[in-house]
Amino acid sequence: MINFDFIERRESITSAAYVCWHCDEPTCAQVCPADAIKKGEDGIVHSSLKPRCIACNNCVLACPFGIPKMMEPEQQMMKCDMCYDRTSVGKRPMCATVCPSQALAYVRPEQIAHRREKPTNTFYFGKQKITTKVYMMAPAEREAVALDVVDYMWEEEHELAATRE
Amino acid sequence: MAKVPVSVETLREQFGPHLNYAPPGGWKDESIHPAEKLVKTHCCFCGQQCGIQLKVRENRVIGFEPWEEFPFNHGMLCPKGVKRYLQGNHPDRLLSPLMRSERGFRPATWDEALDFTVGRIREIQQKHGKDAIAIYGGASLSTEKSYLMGKFARVALGTRHIDYNGRLCMVSAGTAYKLAFGIDRSPIPWSEIPKAEVLFVIGANIGDCAPITTDYVWRCRDNGGRLIVADPRMTPITRNADLYLPLRPGTDLALLMGVLHVILRDGLEDREFISKYTTGFETVAESARQWDLGKAAEMTGVPPEAIEKAARWIGKSKRVILMHARGLEHQSKGVENCLALVNIALATGNIGREGAGPTMITGQGNGQGGREHGQKCDQLPGQRSLTDPAAREYIAGVWGIQPEELPQPGYTAEEIMEAIHRGEIKGLLSTCFNPLVSLPDANFTREALSKLEFFGVIDFFLSETAHHADVVLAGSLHEEEDGLGCSAEGRVIHWQKSIDPPGDARRDSDIIIDLAHRLGRGQYFPFKNPADILEELRIASRGGVADYYGITYERVDKQMGIFWPCPSLDHPGTPRLFVDGKFYTHDGKAHFNVTEWRPSGDPISDDYPLFLTTGRVVSQYLSGTQTRRIGALVDQYPEPRAEIHPRLAERHGIKDGDWVTVTTRRDDLTIQAMVVKTIRPDTVFIPYHWAGTRSANRLTHRTLDPRSKIPEFKVSACRIAKANAPDPSPDDRGPHLNHALRGGA
Repeated sequence: MINFDFIERRESITSAAYVCWHCDEPTCAQVCPADAIKKGEDGIVHSSLKPRCIACNNCVLACPFGIPKMMEPEQQMMKCDMCYDRTSVGKRPMCATVCPSQALAYVRPEQIAHRREKPTNTFYFGKQKITTKVYMMAPAEREAVALDVVDYMWEEEHELAATRE
Repeated sequence: MAKVPVSVETLREQFGPHLNYAPPGGWKDESIHPAEKLVKTHCCFCGQQCGIQLKVRENRVIGFEPWEEFPFNHGMLCPKGVKRYLQGNHPDRLLSPLMRSERGFRPATWDEALDFTVGRIREIQQKHGKDAIAIYGGASLSTEKSYLMGKFARVALGTRHIDYNGRLCMVSAGTAYKLAFGIDRSPIPWSEIPKAEVLFVIGANIGDCAPITTDYVWRCRDNGGRLIVADPRMTPITRNADLYLPLRPGTDLALLMGVLHVILRDGLEDREFISKYTTGFETVAESARQWDLGKAAEMTGVPPEAIEKAARWIGKSKRVILMHARGLEHQSKGVENCLALVNIALATGNIGREGAGPTMITGQGNGQGGREHGQKCDQLPGQRSLTDPAAREYIAGVWGIQPEELPQPGYTAEEIMEAIHRGEIKGLLSTCFNPLVSLPDANFTREALSKLEFFGVIDFFLSETAHHADVVLAGSLHEEEDGLGCSAEGRVIHWQKSIDPPGDARRDSDIIIDLAHRLGRGQYFPFKNPADILEELRIASRGGVADYYGITYERVDKQMGIFWPCPSLDHPGTPRLFVDGKFYTHDGKAHFNVTEWRPSGDPISDDYPLFLTTGRVVSQYLSGTQTRRIGALVDQYPEPRAEIHPRLAERHGIKDGDWVTVTTRRDDLTIQAMVVKTIRPDTVFIPYHWAGTRSANRLTHRTLDPRSKIPEFKVSACRIAKANAPDPSPDDRGPHLNHALRGGA
């Protein structure tokens, strides 16, 4: 129920793990023709309700983050519900519990304030503005970073100098 | 003769690797039949030894629950830890002893298998002498089992030749730290990493190989620490490096000497620390003089300004941690490399203080504990030397034998394989080791294995190496026997027994003890349980450097780990070493050691103009005996790929996913290319977890560090060429997968 991938493996080692962002106004629920996707009072957007879901894939296509998955054998959309079975009894979601780098963290804002990155929960997809329950940690200040090993090697300047001579 | 009895394909059909995706009873079963108990234990894989709770029902492990109170990982796990429970109750699991037959292997009774083993060992020893039998152990064995292996070799068999797969892991660092500090252990616990002002990481792919350490590295940066990464590849932690040094494979020593040169040139050394606590500084300072920035840059391919910046950051900071792993150590000058790093720490006084120190990142599960109590060819329990008369006398006393009966040091792991190849060693009993995949020059290893007159294996799966066995003794998994382990930090932990071995499989220690009894040496092995072995180990280690006398299961459980040395039952343990400025050397001082540059044992040339370097991916572990059987881990990175830079790829007309043949002076390997800008254009990287036609170690060479005897896995010379897709070779292609290939880091 988590999307993990390298952003552009050829170019860099940067990877991203996306849980559901639990939108304040979830697009998946808005487009559901069967009214099968519900948001709880705690802000958690749940998997489709089995008795209602017609496996039409609307939510899969509409979610700007690409989160919902159609589970073929069950003919039901399922998605990250922030491990409702765990969070509802006071535990952390499994992904944030085991994440080795704590890139996924289930914490109060003040517990994460000391990090170098800064939290944001506002996203733009074309004209659609989305605010979410889950925050993304974004760079505090942006600067250009070279991603190619070659840019760090000495031989490069060296070879160029030799060619010029 | 230990030739593979039938085709590898036939063996694979029967013994795998098959992929296991679901726990016993399937996923839905747990909601109807919940776990009966949660057992607090540890992951069975790497040296981090994360705490984990195993869910157990009806003597089977059915899942896991994070153990959030355990202070090292606070519940964090990598994918291997999350999926570790799928190796129990696996269709490939060996449930009874096996004897070689014309049609492969047939099940046997314990009496038949053990009597056969003892009979062959006796025959060979009577005909060729005691040293004609060798023992291989492993660093995934508990500390009790490691101790038992050493005693079994020396007391039950009387052979000189026992060594273990830790020879492929920590020995360069261990040798260097013993020379410098008189002790083979990380000087600091991981809790100090976030306190460093500068974190210098060289030859350590922390993200893939020690994933939980990533969190410590990030926390160091959150506290304002600077991260320097030196590696021929941009490994995952490089994404947040403040300084990246893309050194050429095998040139670590030049980089480290360049750094030391600048520190001394600029007067950034800690004179007071040096004069008070160390010896040998002047000669090392003299040797560093020649390593000016021009020379260091020329050798390493790292810009002189970058080397200078690293040196100044290190020299001007109050707290520096210098971390290293196999990249630094898997070289024919691995010990020199580690000593050069230690010299930097000593010159700047970065040791014995909070947030400071050189730190080795032990790779294997019990890589630390498995190398402390006598499983190494030259070592007795407590990190004692087998050549030290006082140590021989003490241990002989504990064991109830005469010191003269103790054999002298024997061969190291690769040397044992070479002695088998030349016919000097005729028989081998191996446990917890898959040398056909993990030793260098796999074709040589295969030839050697097929020359054995007797080959016995203790294991829970039939590894590729075990295909050559005459007899396979079905042993136990990590969770099937109580025992201690010691993590990379030096924290002694408790592997709690969760279940009994399934079927007729037995605990490893019971198998070894039974063999000792059948060899007529039972009086020296009166152990009924691992606890009995620990009682003797505590006494055997007492007074040694690795003193475990104060460590019991109860204390470890209560304190959630105890850092050795722990010489008495009321001693709290020793998280940070050298706090009092005293070292474990004969004079109590830390020793600078002069290091000497030597070229790689497999130098690049016109025919082989590229560097080949090997390593690991996050979802696989070592030779893959366990992790190549767990579905989700295989899906994450199903096949080895050759990582090459686009510039190199373009020169050969290779695109991402194309087949490429990598050729070295030993053999060639045809696998798919992964074209990425995260590797030097003169370097090819291949992960080594696979066997047969996908085995990276067919390409590597057998040059050893002269002191540590570690093979030079990280530097080989190679060339590449675009290739056609090979015919699927049925004997060692992976299990069929319906999942698309995905890139891995």
